[in-house]
Amino acid sequence: MSERIGAVPATYMGEGSGPRAWLLTTDHKRVAWLYLVALTVFFFLGGAMAVLIRVELATPAGDLVSDDAYDRLFSIHGIIMVWFFLVPSIPATLGNFLLPLMIGARDLAFPRLNLASWYVFIFGSGFTLYSVIAGGVDTGWTFYTPFSTMFSNSYVSAAAFGVFIVGFSTIMTGINFIVTVHKLRAPGLTWFRLPIFVWTMYATALVMVLATPVLAASLILIVLERVFGIGVFDPGLGGDPLLFQHLFWFYSHPAVYIMILPGMGVVSEILPCFSRRPLFGYTAVALSSMAIAIFGFLVWGHHMFVSGQSAYAGLVFSFLSYCVAIPSAIKVFNWSLTLRKGEITFETSMLYALGFLGLFTFGGLAGLFLAALAVDVHVHDTYFVVAHFHYIMVGGMVTAFMAGIHFWWPKITGRMYSETWGRIAAIVTFLGFNLTFFPQYVLGFLGMPRRYHAYPPEFAFWHILSSAGAVVLALGYLMPLFYLGWSLFRGPRAPDNPWRATGLEWKTTSPPPPHNFDETPVVDGPPYRYPLAEDGA
Amino acid sequence: MSFGIPFAPEQASSLAPGVDHLFYALLAFTFALGIFLSALVIGYSVKYRAGSPADRSGERSRSAPLEIAWTTATLVVAFAIFAWGAVLFMGREHPPADAIEIAGLGKQWMWQFRHPGGQREIDELHVPVGRAVVVSLASQDVIHSFFVPAFRVKQDAVPGRTTHVWFTATEPGRFHLFCAEYCGTEHSGMVGWVVAMQPEDYAAWLERQGSGDTLAQQGEKLFRALGCSGCHENSTAVRAPDLHGVYGRPVALANSQTVMADERYLRDSILQPAREVAAGYEPVMPSFDGLVDEGELQMLLSYLKSLSPKEASP
Repeated sequence: MSERIGAVPATYMGEGSGPRAWLLTTDHKRVAWLYLVALTVFFFLGGAMAVLIRVELATPAGDLVSDDAYDRLFSIHGIIMVWFFLVPSIPATLGNFLLPLMIGARDLAFPRLNLASWYVFIFGSGFTLYSVIAGGVDTGWTFYTPFSTMFSNSYVSAAAFGVFIVGFSTIMTGINFIVTVHKLRAPGLTWFRLPIFVWTMYATALVMVLATPVLAASLILIVLERVFGIGVFDPGLGGDPLLFQHLFWFYSHPAVYIMILPGMGVVSEILPCFSRRPLFGYTAVALSSMAIAIFGFLVWGHHMFVSGQSAYAGLVFSFLSYCVAIPSAIKVFNWSLTLRKGEITFETSMLYALGFLGLFTFGGLAGLFLAALAVDVHVHDTYFVVAHFHYIMVGGMVTAFMAGIHFWWPKITGRMYSETWGRIAAIVTFLGFNLTFFPQYVLGFLGMPRRYHAYPPEFAFWHILSSAGAVVLALGYLMPLFYLGWSLFRGPRAPDNPWRATGLEWKTTSPPPPHNFDETPVVDGPPYRYPLAEDGA
Repeated sequence: MSFGIPFAPEQASSLAPGVDHLFYALLAFTFALGIFLSALVIGYSVKYRAGSPADRSGERSRSAPLEIAWTTATLVVAFAIFAWGAVLFMGREHPPADAIEIAGLGKQWMWQFRHPGGQREIDELHVPVGRAVVVSLASQDVIHSFFVPAFRVKQDAVPGRTTHVWFTATEPGRFHLFCAEYCGTEHSGMVGWVVAMQPEDYAAWLERQGSGDTLAQQGEKLFRALGCSGCHENSTAVRAPDLHGVYGRPVALANSQTVMADERYLRDSILQPAREVAAGYEPVMPSFDGLVDEGELQMLLSYLKSLSPKEASP
């Protein structure tokens, strides 16, 4: 590995301590840490609410919390998980940390903008948290009108305004990533030599920049109608409630891809590494990320098949939804084929990545049911939808996030963690997840509607399974908090490249120096050149 | 059903078997593909685990024929599923001509239904087996959604417009009616029953509910009480158009456009009369926005529709 002259090499972690050195840093690696801490807090906050929801639903009667409290629980669970965890999750933490390292740059294109985005994020999310403490919000994360504008008695304006502010942080990150990928690639690092993680960060950033302003506009219109009575969505004021749904899903469907593309990027790094094989069909995987980013903008109406939208619009949106399924399917096939003829080992991050592959596939296949018009009429707004998007968002994205955190943990912290505990957590998470969410597919088919505080007793069997699963899943997510926390301070020192991985980030020290590379690296070939010469293959 | 654990909803409408065929076909395809991929990944994981004796010669990291093949196969399967779902879905647009039309109204947090004979019920909907029923849906406040799992039908009730859902019950029984669109505090309490009855039982049930005015007659009374008849009756139709036979026909507008006089047009003309004024009339009609509620609008629409011969309805 790299030669170390003198005593301990300088790392970004040793570059001054204390609040000022962290809170006023412009180092992308430290900003990634700021995000990681904030997002971890939000993840467990949102998760705690999910556990409360599942405990309530363990019995058919609504007997643990009141109707209003239940509505506030699922609303803030959704708002926190979507905007304060999933959207920034991988981009703002792993993306922030790795994007410059992977392309051989010293930092992102706009380091101050990067820090500013974190402050905007904290301010906006704090604003929304205030609305929760002040009395909560009960509109669901979807803010459907005219309920949100004219009928809800909760703190809708504050919550929506907080999300509006957080949107700017998303846009800042997006702009930063786009410019960085265009302008700061190392010599020789052409587009088709980029790791897939960089491709997905780029595709995600494009969607962030193009879609988030629409969300901002729709949230501001909600505040205007609610506070000033300007009629936009409420028919009583001459507005159209479906207009809001069009605006909202024009953002929120692409946002689904903001939430899953980065996960696809992470597993595209991990599967080749632990298979000791190049990624199968690199070009197809890279281009399918872009296809997803583009087609993702054309399918929003599939959330509205029974909303009163024209049936002919429904036809078009259903057709386009099947088109967007194809690049995802292509990726799954390519990931699976990557394992062929490899020398596969099952480190923690590989187990998470394989878990992602299974859960994402079964979540994606459920999408075929939902895009089929006549079937969607039945399962729309039922637990089938809840199961589908949790398979993608939690089974897919959160699992990929865990895979990525474990994969790059030695690089980020310079420490190793316990593989045994890591593998146990990965397996517990996988089992707990399926126990929680598979029963929800059955519930949805049976006709159990979403957002129900109480339900008829014939649904109880599947709800009890789901609630039991939630406890297991919570355990699976709590475990890493402990063994990674231990590793951060007590773990054995990590070598520069513990997984024998390709990629520029592994060419520098663990943890990297503040300026990332002592010399600007030069790239002379494609990514994923596994097996390495030193593998002896 | 096994051990009392439900795995599938009841099938109680003419639509349910068709939807279920597609659902089970998708389920079979999903499991076939899912199990194939799982077997592939698990098989590779075992066969090519590090240090295994498996032959690794002939490895490759791309294969254009394979990639073209699976892309094409995915396209074909996806479009076939699309077509199947689309054909079933378009049936929603065309209720049978002899369908019974029932007015459904959602409000926080109850369902109200009115039968053509004027019978009114709350959180229950009685329908005959074997006869198509169209429920025209309106909402008094926020968006609700009419969902009967056993019938495989769902339709949002959106304030400010009329939507429709139709079904033909095939089995007598009591079936869950849910509100499927989150509507506030007691959303999960906005539930009821659809009671499907043999036609003779349905007739007897209607009889028992008492024979007051029909829905159209209630609308006619309202039409007079609100003073609409002052301008719109035959004898006085100078300031305003006569409304006989208007529903379901094209109307020439003062701005020289033509619109179909459907429920949307009639409803807008009552609430926002200045928007689409019929050609040849001054825009003198006052708005009834705030003066009539959604239930009264449904009565008025029922009356106006009764002024047009049935075969003229769109």
